[in-house]
Amino acid sequence: MPRESFARTMVVATCLCVVCSVLVSSATVLLRPKQEANQKRQMQKDILQVTGRYDATVPLADLFQQVETRLVDLAAGDYVDPATIDPAKFDPKAAAKDPALSVAIDRADDLAGITRREKYAPVYLVKGPAGALDQVVLPVRGKGLWSTMYGFLSLESNLQTVHGITFYEHAETPGLGGEIDNPRWQAKWQGKVLFDDQGAPRIEAARGDIDLSQPDAVHQIDALAGATITTRGVTDMIRYWLGRHGFGPFLDKQKGKVR
Amino acid sequence: MATSKARRILLDPVFNNNPITLQVLGICSALAVTSKMETTLVMAVAVIFVTALANLSVSLIRNAIPSSIRIIVQMTIIASLVILVDQVLRAYLFEVSKQLSVFVGLIITNCIVMGRAEGFAMKNGPWDSFLDGIGNGLGYSFILIVVGVIRELSGSGKLFGVEILKLSTEQGWYVSNGLMLLPPSAFFIIGLTIWAIRTWKPEQIEES
Repeated sequence: MPRESFARTMVVATCLCVVCSVLVSSATVLLRPKQEANQKRQMQKDILQVTGRYDATVPLADLFQQVETRLVDLAAGDYVDPATIDPAKFDPKAAAKDPALSVAIDRADDLAGITRREKYAPVYLVKGPAGALDQVVLPVRGKGLWSTMYGFLSLESNLQTVHGITFYEHAETPGLGGEIDNPRWQAKWQGKVLFDDQGAPRIEAARGDIDLSQPDAVHQIDALAGATITTRGVTDMIRYWLGRHGFGPFLDKQKGKVR
Repeated sequence: MATSKARRILLDPVFNNNPITLQVLGICSALAVTSKMETTLVMAVAVIFVTALANLSVSLIRNAIPSSIRIIVQMTIIASLVILVDQVLRAYLFEVSKQLSVFVGLIITNCIVMGRAEGFAMKNGPWDSFLDGIGNGLGYSFILIVVGVIRELSGSGKLFGVEILKLSTEQGWYVSNGLMLLPPSAFFIIGLTIWAIRTWKPEQIEES
């Protein structure tokens, strides 16, 4: 068979494709369990870090025992029966893209700039030593300057006060908007009250030093220098996810139970 | 192994015929991944692996490849190797692979890999091609590491994430240079490196 013939070309192309596809697909299949385990560990680590309970010396699975994962029907504000949808198998990112499992957000209401939101979202209930509810971790996301920022917001058991905030995926400018990852900035969130007296979400960015003697200071968060749009993205996403289109109905029902 | 020819094939691309500073290839990824040493080093190893194995595989089948589809054949081999690297990183170096994100996948478009497969491996034996791949990967890595050290040290006062210069924001003395963390700074550093190498080896200066 001459080297430049049609038959030879087809044979070489076919053989190459078969060899390469076997190589690539076996690598993907063999490594997938490990990759998925990595992602799950990373998520558990992020959740524990936002609650301040991460401890590198204790196995992650043991630490995560104190966290209970429940699914919430966002519109109704009720828990979803684990028998209907297993929280462990629910993928919020996939659900947000699936027309059957998500709803379009009206532009006027879309503070977070995410256009669609899933109908169900996980919440992570963190138990104290006596088994009582200590913190609630909510997944939040919203548009920053360049990217959608994904994070976790942890509320104290009164469901008003921030315990912690963290971001696990974003592509904001390093050194400016990327400072949302800075632990010292995140620490400033602790103790901030996210709702006003009427129960509506309230959090805003403030420039310069926040005067802590002012009554508004509990609703104010330090605006990142040189990152106006990123900071606004963060406060808007929190107002969205705590509002009536996000976890608002759920939080209202839970607050009723606390009282 | 250490014949003078093998050594020349291996080491020439590091200084004398460096893919970045002489041929000015592979700049894109050099800008993107060098803000930290950890990502820089993983990227360097990934590129060495891909260039070496791509050269080896192309060279092994070079006499069977019909010339009408040779570029496609090379691309298929390179792409498969890159996917392999990406999958392995995601399984075993999860943290680093998150930071490298798309740039591992973009090794496919790195002109160094393709350039060596077409320019060297199609005409030379498997062993020489393998060495040439490693050599060019090393040349790329050398520049990446130079850029990475300068950027991480001056940009965040750290090397491999370990604090070297105490930052003023952490009550230290060093005011970090934020520009160094942004991709354009790599351009300046690569430009200065090219100038330095061409001053040292004037024969690399192109005739105008």
